[in-house]
Amino acid sequence: MRALFYVLSAFAVMGLAIWAYGQNQKTQVALRDVRGLRAEIRSLHEALGVQRAEWAYLNRPQRLRALAEMNFGRLGLLPLEGSQFGQIDEIPYPLMTQNAPLGAVSEGSP
Amino acid sequence: MIRTPLRPLARILDARAQGMNPKGIERENLRLRREQARDAGRRRAEWRLLLLAALFFAGYAVIGARMGMLAATPVVESEPYAGEGISGERADVLDRNGRILATNLVTHSLYAEMRYMQDGRRAAHELARIFPDLDEEALARRLTDPDRRFYWIRSRVSPEQAQAAHDIGEPGLWLGPREMRLYPNGTLAAHVLGGTAYGQQGVTAAEIQGVAGLEYTADDRLSDPDLADVPLSLSLDLGVQSIVEEVLGSGIQMLHARAGSAIIMDAQTGEVVALASAPTFDPNDRPAPPTEGDPADSPLFNRAVQGLYELGSVMKAFAVAQALDLGLVTPQTMVNTRGPLRIGRFEINDFHDYGAQLSVEDVFVHSSNIGTAHLAQMIGPERQRDFLRQFGFLEALPIELPEARRALPQYPDRWTEVSAMTISYGHGLAVTPMHLAAAYAALVNGGTMVQPTLLRRPDTTPGPRVISPETSRIMRSLFRQVVTRGTASLGEVAGYGVGGKTGTADKPNPQGGYYDDRVVATFAGAFPMNDPRYVIIVTMDEPQETVGGVERRTAGWTVVPVAAEMVRRIAPVMGMRPQDPAVIDAELRLR
Repeated sequence: MRALFYVLSAFAVMGLAIWAYGQNQKTQVALRDVRGLRAEIRSLHEALGVQRAEWAYLNRPQRLRALAEMNFGRLGLLPLEGSQFGQIDEIPYPLMTQNAPLGAVSEGSP
Repeated sequence: MIRTPLRPLARILDARAQGMNPKGIERENLRLRREQARDAGRRRAEWRLLLLAALFFAGYAVIGARMGMLAATPVVESEPYAGEGISGERADVLDRNGRILATNLVTHSLYAEMRYMQDGRRAAHELARIFPDLDEEALARRLTDPDRRFYWIRSRVSPEQAQAAHDIGEPGLWLGPREMRLYPNGTLAAHVLGGTAYGQQGVTAAEIQGVAGLEYTADDRLSDPDLADVPLSLSLDLGVQSIVEEVLGSGIQMLHARAGSAIIMDAQTGEVVALASAPTFDPNDRPAPPTEGDPADSPLFNRAVQGLYELGSVMKAFAVAQALDLGLVTPQTMVNTRGPLRIGRFEINDFHDYGAQLSVEDVFVHSSNIGTAHLAQMIGPERQRDFLRQFGFLEALPIELPEARRALPQYPDRWTEVSAMTISYGHGLAVTPMHLAAAYAALVNGGTMVQPTLLRRPDTTPGPRVISPETSRIMRSLFRQVVTRGTASLGEVAGYGVGGKTGTADKPNPQGGYYDDRVVATFAGAFPMNDPRYVIIVTMDEPQETVGGVERRTAGWTVVPVAAEMVRRIAPVMGMRPQDPAVIDAELRLR
């Protein structure tokens, strides 16, 4: 009985050792992955920073103004004016009739 | 150890007396003695076994621990040298709506490591082709110098230049990563942002240091590695700032002014929504500070917070407000305006002759120097000085710009009656336009002081009270009247109830006295006057309006139209809907 116990314990120790070794290896693989991901995040962050900087650069007011002037013929963009504010009751609300096609409604509205 | 005899006489005699065999005693003792010897032997053997086991255990434990440690230690790969503890990280700067004002970009630096250098002369030749401003001869001398181990060629190169330098194929030329501060909007808000320069430089990183503006003031915050991912939000609005700069720029061009500045400030919180100073510069390529001439002529000079000007009639608002607040006058009180007003050998004149007397209301609306000087006489120099101190006119501004903290207002040491009278209409006290903006905010917002700031500050705890709400209400009405029937009639913007005060101050001549034909023109106001949301200050240095062949320099003809155009353009952008003019004027009626 006692011999059996010893043998079983020895096997248990060996089994645990194998398990622990495996876990250790997995952990190291995971850590390596994390390191890789960190590096990827860093490079993506960098890329994002570049994209954001470029977005800000392309959308700088000076350039947008020049573009609006260049394309005035097509877009007709003018500075915002106070008179462009409207009242909510100035918006026409067409009466929705059931099953009416969308075109019919917009034609009927002023 | 006492050895017990095998045949103790006493016990043998006892045994004999009882008729027992004494040999039994001897055997018994012999047995005991042998058992003792055996026990001792076993103990020794056991001890040896234990020692041996411990030794083996320790041995295996050492081997096991070593194996465990080896298994647990991550493999340290020979990574590239991670820098000398220099961090180039720096937090972004955003406007109030989250648009980028300053950010970081990774670029490259170019340097030479001599121990790998194969052909320094050829490298110098090729580099001079990539960077035309490099001196090929000097570079070749440095790159072939046997005593030199390291040489910085460029601290910042573009991706194309980096590729071209790489393509030279010279193993001694190295590219290091380098963070670079980028201001994507170019000259926009240049005076607020200031600029940066490289501090300590290493091969893999370089420290970015703020040298002026907010980059300098907030340097610790921006370069804090823990907060590198948390951007700094400013109170500026990029769209508004851009319009203000555009309008100011074209105004300066049309009026042939030397320079100008404009401030838009939230009247309740003191947040600066736009701050422009022209001429301006590009913070991406910050010019060197001037070494000769007047520093105020440099584009680096921030006229809005650094420029000290005697601002002229805009200061009349404070004399009138104080006289009203002290209860010395009401808007209808008549004041003597007969000119010229002589004090000793000093003479005060008006631009026009306003007759014998005007009401306080009209003194302000028509901007009478004599009438204001009489008000200052009623107030007295001491009360006036204390009043102006409350508005912050006698100290440097506590705004987050290093330039502002050095701009100490100039005022007479002896605050005599004459100085009180001249200061009441804006001569003798030199302050910055930003001082004026904060003080005007207090005049119109109900009478509580604001602290100007460039940082986003959502909380609106009112500052100390400087005038009563009623005085503030009267002042708002007076400001509005200046536009509807006074000197700033070109400042009307339909539906936005602009109000304010003009000021045209003769520029002091460095040789003494004042110039006849050079002025600083200022418009200080707020909109909409019935419930002021924003204070607007526009200042121009030596403007001149020549439409119709008449030369005009007064603020009403020069800066007021510029300010009106600013309001017309920015108010809709800030989401302000025009109001019915009748409502505005009804709310501002005094009687």
